[in-house]
Amino acid sequence: MGAEYDFDHAIDIAWCPGCGNFKILEALKASLTQLDLDEHSVVFVSGIGQAAKTPQYIDVHYFNGLHGRSLPVATAIKAANRGLTLIAESGDGCMYGEGGNHFIHTIRRNPDITNIVHNNMVYGLTKGQASPTSQIGFTTPIQTDGVHLEPFNPISVAISLNASFVARAFAGDVKQTTDMLKKAIIHKGYALVDIFQPCVSFNRVNTYQWHKEHTYYLDSDHDPSDREAAFKRAIETDRFPLGIFYINTDKPAFEDNLAAYISDPTPLYKRGIYVEKLMDLVKTLRT
Amino acid sequence: MSDVSVVFSGEAGQGLQTLETLMMKLFKLSGYHVYSYSEFMSRIRGGNNSTQIRVSSMPVAAYLKRIDIFVPIRVGAMERFHDRITNETVIIGQKDHIDADYLKGHYPVIEMPMPEMVKRSGGEIYTNVILLGVFSGLFYIEKQLMADMVKDLFSAGDQKDILRNLTAAQIGYEAGTRLLKPGQASINIERSKDAKQELLLNGINAVGLGGLAGGCNFVSSYPMSPSTAVLSFFAEKAEEFGVVVEQAEDEISAINMAMGAWYAGGRAMVTTSGGGYALMVEGLSLAGCIESPLVIHVGQRPGPATGLPTRTEQADLEHVLYSGHGEFPRVILAPGTIEQGFFLTRHAFYLADKYQVPVFILTDQYFLESRYIAKDIDATMVLDQHYIVKTQKGYRRYAFTDDGISPRGIPGFGVGRVRVDSDEHDESGFITEDLQTREDMVEKRLKKIVALDSEILPPSFTGPKDYRYLIMGWGSTYHAIREALDMLGRDDIAFLHFSQIYPLSRDIEAYLDKADKKIIVENNATSQFGKLIRFFTGVEFDAKVLRYGGMPVMPEDIFDVVKDIR
Repeated sequence: MGAEYDFDHAIDIAWCPGCGNFKILEALKASLTQLDLDEHSVVFVSGIGQAAKTPQYIDVHYFNGLHGRSLPVATAIKAANRGLTLIAESGDGCMYGEGGNHFIHTIRRNPDITNIVHNNMVYGLTKGQASPTSQIGFTTPIQTDGVHLEPFNPISVAISLNASFVARAFAGDVKQTTDMLKKAIIHKGYALVDIFQPCVSFNRVNTYQWHKEHTYYLDSDHDPSDREAAFKRAIETDRFPLGIFYINTDKPAFEDNLAAYISDPTPLYKRGIYVEKLMDLVKTLRT
Repeated sequence: MSDVSVVFSGEAGQGLQTLETLMMKLFKLSGYHVYSYSEFMSRIRGGNNSTQIRVSSMPVAAYLKRIDIFVPIRVGAMERFHDRITNETVIIGQKDHIDADYLKGHYPVIEMPMPEMVKRSGGEIYTNVILLGVFSGLFYIEKQLMADMVKDLFSAGDQKDILRNLTAAQIGYEAGTRLLKPGQASINIERSKDAKQELLLNGINAVGLGGLAGGCNFVSSYPMSPSTAVLSFFAEKAEEFGVVVEQAEDEISAINMAMGAWYAGGRAMVTTSGGGYALMVEGLSLAGCIESPLVIHVGQRPGPATGLPTRTEQADLEHVLYSGHGEFPRVILAPGTIEQGFFLTRHAFYLADKYQVPVFILTDQYFLESRYIAKDIDATMVLDQHYIVKTQKGYRRYAFTDDGISPRGIPGFGVGRVRVDSDEHDESGFITEDLQTREDMVEKRLKKIVALDSEILPPSFTGPKDYRYLIMGWGSTYHAIREALDMLGRDDIAFLHFSQIYPLSRDIEAYLDKADKKIIVENNATSQFGKLIRFFTGVEFDAKVLRYGGMPVMPEDIFDVVKDIR
């Protein structure tokens, strides 16, 4: 499976052996393949960090931009060509730290993109500093007496902003992660999939074993259309719930609200210049 | 008087802007050449704002220090103008708006029965329409033309509203025709057909129309004076011209969106001012690395930091020239005239697309808010060429070529993969740490500077070929310098104006060599363009006219310095 998204040559992957990113890569390729998308229309946008390298290892279009800035880029690509499938993928530092403002406002905007966040509760590429999701007490070479800051909770923030799709997965469970990614990708509107991802080099606390012990799956009793119930689950931290917390199907996608498409649905690259309208406009400046 | 400079001085909220818009349109339609510029405080109500309107037989396009008619419309309206009101300035206003010093008989004062007219019209809200009437009467505007204009402007209101405004305008008109007594200043301005038929536009419209003609279909920005008006221009036309317009959460988002749009085949522009551009700088460097086309409009205002939010300056030249980490090409264009505002913005899209480089349109608050009669714009001269290619399997976004320009593909058009990366990358766009590839990529990007040489716009030259003195300026100071030349009336002075700042034209040395003395005019304190010229040529300027008080450079500023240079 996943042959369309595999390269026909060997690739050199920069991750540490045993990194949770391998599992996410596997789940991602599986979900793309199973969804039977037009592989020429899938575009990844990523920032900076180990997670942001993921698109390098899949045979897709990608825009690997700046740290924290993947969401505005993905939003704009979708707005310029609504026929493309957009996946914005990066780590917790990139999406919730450097890109925190974009995270908030992209949820408000609700473009039809899938936002995958590899959440390992630590900075990997810069070698082990605290991330916005590091748990209180987590010690690092910078936070030498442990993290004092309240951990950022992307799930509750997203639900508070009435995000249209909010899920949390665990990289150790490829099958469930694949399933959630597929649902997120076909969901029309902004979809957040925060993926707990063990970092084997810089996070000796939140290991595969720790995640197994500190998570559980939401069961069929949970109604993802119930925002209040979703929020209650979102703020649980004793054991972190996994699964789809919240879905709101009533929100139109950002790009479908744009005035630019009211009288002309064609993507921007196919458009010419409206010479006659321009002449008319110039004429109005004569009188 | 055949060239009259009128200054209205009031406060925010008194409707000066409406008066300016109406009077400009009306006087133009009546055949006068007109020019206007407003200077205002950064507040919504109160303070002191003023508008200069020039009415002339000949084309006029510069803000003058000279005031022929001063119209105070609030108490304290004269406070900031004592150095510009002379005993030749006719002061027209109600008595309590005129400072006592001016009422002692040394100044020509015409008292206007404003309170009585306001009362007859139905309230102070009609002040601006009454003033429109007064000046229409004073300048012999056809009464019907004025009535039509007022009806047109208030057409959205109810019938009663229209009628009241018409009455107010007519009350003003009657007073206006009786304002000048025999022996007082007389107005004698010829009208022309040209003024009637040509365009009346400001810098904002020029940049906006130029963008549309350049195929702009995506504008993402964060509001910041004075550039916001360009964002509004596109927002207003979003549906009609199919432009995606988005107010981003910050300038960082705005510039990244613009690059996302180009990546997917859109033609994007951001509009901001110096402070907002500061936030965009990491994005500029990204454009350099991924070789994204990008058009960046920077409408300058005085800094540092928040500075003077509503005023003008040319102090961000070095900011746009040197910003961005790493080495990559860029182009900086700075229109001096409304026509250039149109053509250069259109040109920016051509350069950005063809050479895959960021291109700046560097204007300022003065340029954007100046309004005058411009030569007709041929709207059929559009740039309807996209420099994008349909990709094949094995497509390489950064393929090495002789001129450094790789054919640019976009996702969704062809079967190749389009990979762009802010990390150093190989020809296919994959991250690389191969240091030979790194060197090759640096050289590839810099080759485009050489390719751009053929596109450099030469400076425009005005004056005698055998000049001895050369005045140089760039961007929005064009008309002030032109008018200063007229005031000087000398046959030994020439003027060289630059609308392309970078890369700089090589012609410059030949021009400088011929001059005994060189004078630079800039709306900043440190002569940023002068420094750039010195950097390229080693030439020092003999005199500098530098203004950094928040107001534009005025022809008189230049005249005062240059008149003594022999």
